[in-house]
Amino acid sequence: MSTPRGPGGFSLTRVGAMVLRYWYLLSNSWPRAVELVYWPTVQMLTWGFVQLYVAQNSSFFANAAGLFVGGLLLWDVLLRSQQGFAFAFLEELWSRNLGNLLMSPLRPSEFIVSLMVISMIRLAIGMLPVTLLAIPLFGFNVWGLGLPLAVFFANLVIAGWAIGLVIIGILLRQGMGAEALAWSLMFLLMPITCVYYPVTTLPAIMQPIAWALPTTYVFEGMRAIIVAHTFRFDLMATAFAMNAVWFAVAIFAFYRLLAAARRSGSLLQQGE
Amino acid sequence: MPAASGSAPRHAIEVRDLVKHFGPVAAVDGISFEVAAGAVTGLLGGNGAGKTTTIGMLMGLIVPDGGAIRILGRDMPGERASLLERMNFESPYVDMPHRLTVRQNLTVFGRLYRVAELKARIAELVGDFDLGGFVDRKAGQLSAGQKTRVALAKALLNRPEVLLLDEPTASLDPDTADWVRGRLETYRAATGATILLASHNMPEVERLCDDVVILRRGRIEDRGSPADLLRRYGRGTLEEVFLDVARGTRADGVDPNPSPSEVSP
Repeated sequence: MSTPRGPGGFSLTRVGAMVLRYWYLLSNSWPRAVELVYWPTVQMLTWGFVQLYVAQNSSFFANAAGLFVGGLLLWDVLLRSQQGFAFAFLEELWSRNLGNLLMSPLRPSEFIVSLMVISMIRLAIGMLPVTLLAIPLFGFNVWGLGLPLAVFFANLVIAGWAIGLVIIGILLRQGMGAEALAWSLMFLLMPITCVYYPVTTLPAIMQPIAWALPTTYVFEGMRAIIVAHTFRFDLMATAFAMNAVWFAVAIFAFYRLLAAARRSGSLLQQGE
Repeated sequence: MPAASGSAPRHAIEVRDLVKHFGPVAAVDGISFEVAAGAVTGLLGGNGAGKTTTIGMLMGLIVPDGGAIRILGRDMPGERASLLERMNFESPYVDMPHRLTVRQNLTVFGRLYRVAELKARIAELVGDFDLGGFVDRKAGQLSAGQKTRVALAKALLNRPEVLLLDEPTASLDPDTADWVRGRLETYRAATGATILLASHNMPEVERLCDDVVILRRGRIEDRGSPADLLRRYGRGTLEEVFLDVARGTRADGVDPNPSPSEVSP
């Protein structure tokens, strides 16, 4: 059978098979698709009204419309890319299907790429309607950011995948006991990565920690555009460089955790 | 028994001095055996004897602490990815995604195994395993018997040369279990596939297996054809042989495998 094959036996057919598996799951279950849109919409409405209220009482916020909604939308890109990645993997644990996959020819690299693709699909389903809704409701058009939006988006998605990779590595090694990480780990970043306020707001001792996160540069960059109408190339270049390191470390950690799981026999226990 | 192809190795599965410890527990403790190409071999043993761990290592899911595995003449897990395209696996302890229909599941797994002319292959398996009545129903809505038939159809999607089965008829009613055994016999006769079968069902092992490997506490306690074991143990059924091995007793009163504390220094 002629199939697209890449270096090292990487198979796009198998990647496609896994994407199809998750697509079937979404299309067979409308509550899953609704859930993808539900939370981003609720969050956007909440922060949008907060922003309207603050803007009515502050000239600064009146002149920087979109600060909260923009922060929220970009935060959701980060959160949803991580959750889309990790939750697709969790579906295999919930359905006790992981054993079938791990004893199939599916390579870890193919599995990872398929999780990336499905996280993008989930992100698109969840975020597109919300970003469009923000335009008439709160006068904030995230698409109006143009090229910087693509840069922000790429950085946040890569950071989300990196965290998702580490989470599924831990799930492989520790099993369902680590499931809560998939839901909650990203929220640890929320106060530190300065989604809604500048880094200078943090206590001095926390600021170096914030600057160690690639996502912080994205949110600072967003504020530079909304408040100062300036695209900070330096911030984005730093974010990309840090993300490259994060992603490499995440890949390394994932393969180490997978190898540890193969040694410990935990993959077999999950299969059962 | 259909012969293996001329270039194929004589043994489809070769295991040498295989060792796996989980902490202080020796789950598999230096076992060696081989399965002739085209043969059906039963892997017997009580709970915790090391059957599932052995199968996990044969599928590359667990890395051994020591020893070597060769499948179809190639190193496992060194050539795991390419080998798994020629193997398959079925166990009642692993499910298919519940929210996908049977057809969707077979389509996904068929693509994972890069099965040629997949639609035709699925149609063939739907006929062979009588899945037509529920092929468009979600897997989570099926009975245990229907799930087993679907899992077996998935296991045969890629026409595996080596098939590993972990208690394939567990929890099935006698009629369905008999039907499953019949399908396995038909597949083996048609393809000459090599089958390693872990089972607690002794009549099933007697019916299907050319050879039996009996594990106890991670070691091979005995092996031979079912007829050979019955003769040597002086028993009428393989179940009695199994009990003798599990309890360390024989009909003639000889303890074939005394525990270490019973061995004279």
